[in-house]
Amino acid sequence: MSPAVDAAEVRRRTRELLAAHPPATTARTDFLGARFDAGLAWVHYPVGLGGLDAPRSLQQAVDAELAAADAPDNDPRRIGIGLGMAAPTILEFGTDEQKRRFLRPLWVGEEVWCQLFSEPGAGSDLAALATRAVRDGTGDWIVDGQKVWTSSAHLARWAILIARTDPDLPKHRGISYFICDMTDPGVEVRPLRQITGEAEFNEVFLTGVRIPDSHRLGPVGEGWKVAQTTLMNERVSIGGSRIPREGGMIGPVARTWRERPELRTPDTHQRLLTLWVEAEVARLTGERLRQQLVAGQPGPEGSGMKLAFARLNQEISGLEVELLGDEGLLYGDWTMSRPELVDFTGRDAGYRYLRSKGNSIEGGTSEVLLNIVAERVLGLPAEPRNDKDVAWKDLSR
Amino acid sequence: MTAPAQPPATPDLLYSRDEEDLRSAVRALLADRADAPKVIAATESDTPYDPRLWSSLATGIGAAGLLVPESLGGLGASHREAAVVLEELGRAVAPAPYLTSSVVATETLLALDVEGGPVAALLGELASGARTAVLAVPFATPPAGAGAVLTALDGTVRGVADAAVADVLLVPTAEGLYAVGTADPGVAVQPLVPLDLTRPLAAVTLTGAAGTLLADGDTSATAVRRGLLAGAGLLASEQLGLAEWCLTETVRYTRERHQFNRPVGSFQSLKHRMAQLWLKVVSARAAARNAADALATGSPDAPLAVAVAQAYCSGVAVHAAEECVQLHGGIGMTWEHPAHLYLKRAKADSIAYGTAGRHRRAVAELAELPAP
Repeated sequence: MSPAVDAAEVRRRTRELLAAHPPATTARTDFLGARFDAGLAWVHYPVGLGGLDAPRSLQQAVDAELAAADAPDNDPRRIGIGLGMAAPTILEFGTDEQKRRFLRPLWVGEEVWCQLFSEPGAGSDLAALATRAVRDGTGDWIVDGQKVWTSSAHLARWAILIARTDPDLPKHRGISYFICDMTDPGVEVRPLRQITGEAEFNEVFLTGVRIPDSHRLGPVGEGWKVAQTTLMNERVSIGGSRIPREGGMIGPVARTWRERPELRTPDTHQRLLTLWVEAEVARLTGERLRQQLVAGQPGPEGSGMKLAFARLNQEISGLEVELLGDEGLLYGDWTMSRPELVDFTGRDAGYRYLRSKGNSIEGGTSEVLLNIVAERVLGLPAEPRNDKDVAWKDLSR
Repeated sequence: MTAPAQPPATPDLLYSRDEEDLRSAVRALLADRADAPKVIAATESDTPYDPRLWSSLATGIGAAGLLVPESLGGLGASHREAAVVLEELGRAVAPAPYLTSSVVATETLLALDVEGGPVAALLGELASGARTAVLAVPFATPPAGAGAVLTALDGTVRGVADAAVADVLLVPTAEGLYAVGTADPGVAVQPLVPLDLTRPLAAVTLTGAAGTLLADGDTSATAVRRGLLAGAGLLASEQLGLAEWCLTETVRYTRERHQFNRPVGSFQSLKHRMAQLWLKVVSARAAARNAADALATGSPDAPLAVAVAQAYCSGVAVHAAEECVQLHGGIGMTWEHPAHLYLKRAKADSIAYGTAGRHRRAVAELAELPAP
């Protein structure tokens, strides 16, 4: 049995990595690959898959030490869907072959992932999805349908995909979960221009897309259960990191307030103070959640953090546009562009105001999250449902 | 102008094992001695405070001496532990002079020269629960507004919380801070009819009373500010406990109460209101813990942590109590159901030691967000 990995051991391995692959003289991808192979990518993952089977809390020490040594990072925002959603799902439900094939290039950033879940007719009611996967004579799956709101689809090499494999079963039971090759000729990605003028998302049309059965995640018909793991990880990933005071959207508006006394009015002062307090309390709530995770006592607060930040971002950015007065009437640039990242802080107030409207929709609408809190955290009864025991094909749509 | 300073150290926002043990002890005592019918009955009597409950809390559990060093007869614990006691007292809307005597008066005295003398003796008595003291300033006084309320031991101070049950008044005057016995000649304590039935208010009138001078004017003002800062900061924990009870009881009731052939709590409009309230309560917990921890560690961030906690938690407690009354329907409007006790306490607490607006004004100064 290998000795337990503790903080000292993790630090020793980190120094060893830095000595063997000096960041100044090592190519970015080579360094990241070596870091993965040393088990320092995500220390709580298994040995051989980028981890050391160590407590998750030890990751912070690794990250801090590598940052101090100016080591390249894997740009977690660019590969966020892979890191936050695909990887934990593959780890929990994937075969050994799938884990070996996908996790390393995902973490190193050589392969970007996207998520083919939402559809035009299945947003909050995700299990109503209509994209079909049918098995052909070779055992492969043939997928037809349309997905929407897909971030990074135009950059992605792989996608996590849920599709209906049995329309005769009730909607939650006839779904399966796949890994989809985005280079398949049947995959067509079209930019979807948004409220901000940009096309940060895409529509994805799937026509006769071929997926080998070896790229199925979890058993046939169990896709909803697998998807729950993905969605849970999506929501947990928010609020897990330490944010400095004024680290969120309150930062730019507080700076404007300090630097531009001519903009100040009594009304905006009161609103700013209220929001400043709420932003500080949300920061502390996130910090408390982080401390609970580190102490091994995860609390249910995670489900609430996205709700809090969505509302705050919208109110703060709305105040900011108004505070700017004449300048608030202007907008940076309506030209359609295709950004790789959502960047709130580097943009103007008008963009922040418009983009933050998506915060209460993407990753589960605030209304759906409130239902989840009410039912799973508070134990309130579910509303009566008329779609539970009806075959998907017999539902009205 | 630069951004406000970052908090000097990461606050510990969790509860320790010892704090959870203390919570269990206080909760068990209150369940036994201060359940809702007993609290309602007490509010209708001449003695809202049950001396047996106070003695068990103060001496049995030792809660009264948490902030007092062991050398002066206390337990040498901190504001973190006192905050946990207040969470439980808030959860039970228990009538006890804990916040006024064991926190505000005690903290005021701790800011003085305690080497022997009358201050040390009084602290020892407060720590043991043998006597209680209150700071003779209006209950609505914010830490930043603290100052002498009288020029000398002559005049009236209105709205002093718990004065009617206190043994000693700490009176800040222009000459300094005096300790005056409530039973002394020249001291009249006139009970007022309070909105919050579980925390008595009184007008204190001094007519040529004699007192013991504990500190001169400057030291007195600093000490009073420190006492009120601790009071405002830990009041957030009382508000948290109160809000938690309101949420828990509302969830319980709406799961059981049926209308339109379904539990009321299954209607989405109500579920969303309770989920929003839950989010506010968990946020209030982080804010209240942060204030308690900053006070306990003597952090330079304490004034801002306290102002943030008060600016936030006051509203959460009132919102929780108002939702509790509304979602209980007609039963929430009755005298028999305890919901009204929580609403009255929450509303009074939202004024105590400064309203949310006064604390936002403190935030404006401390976070460098000046008024136009």
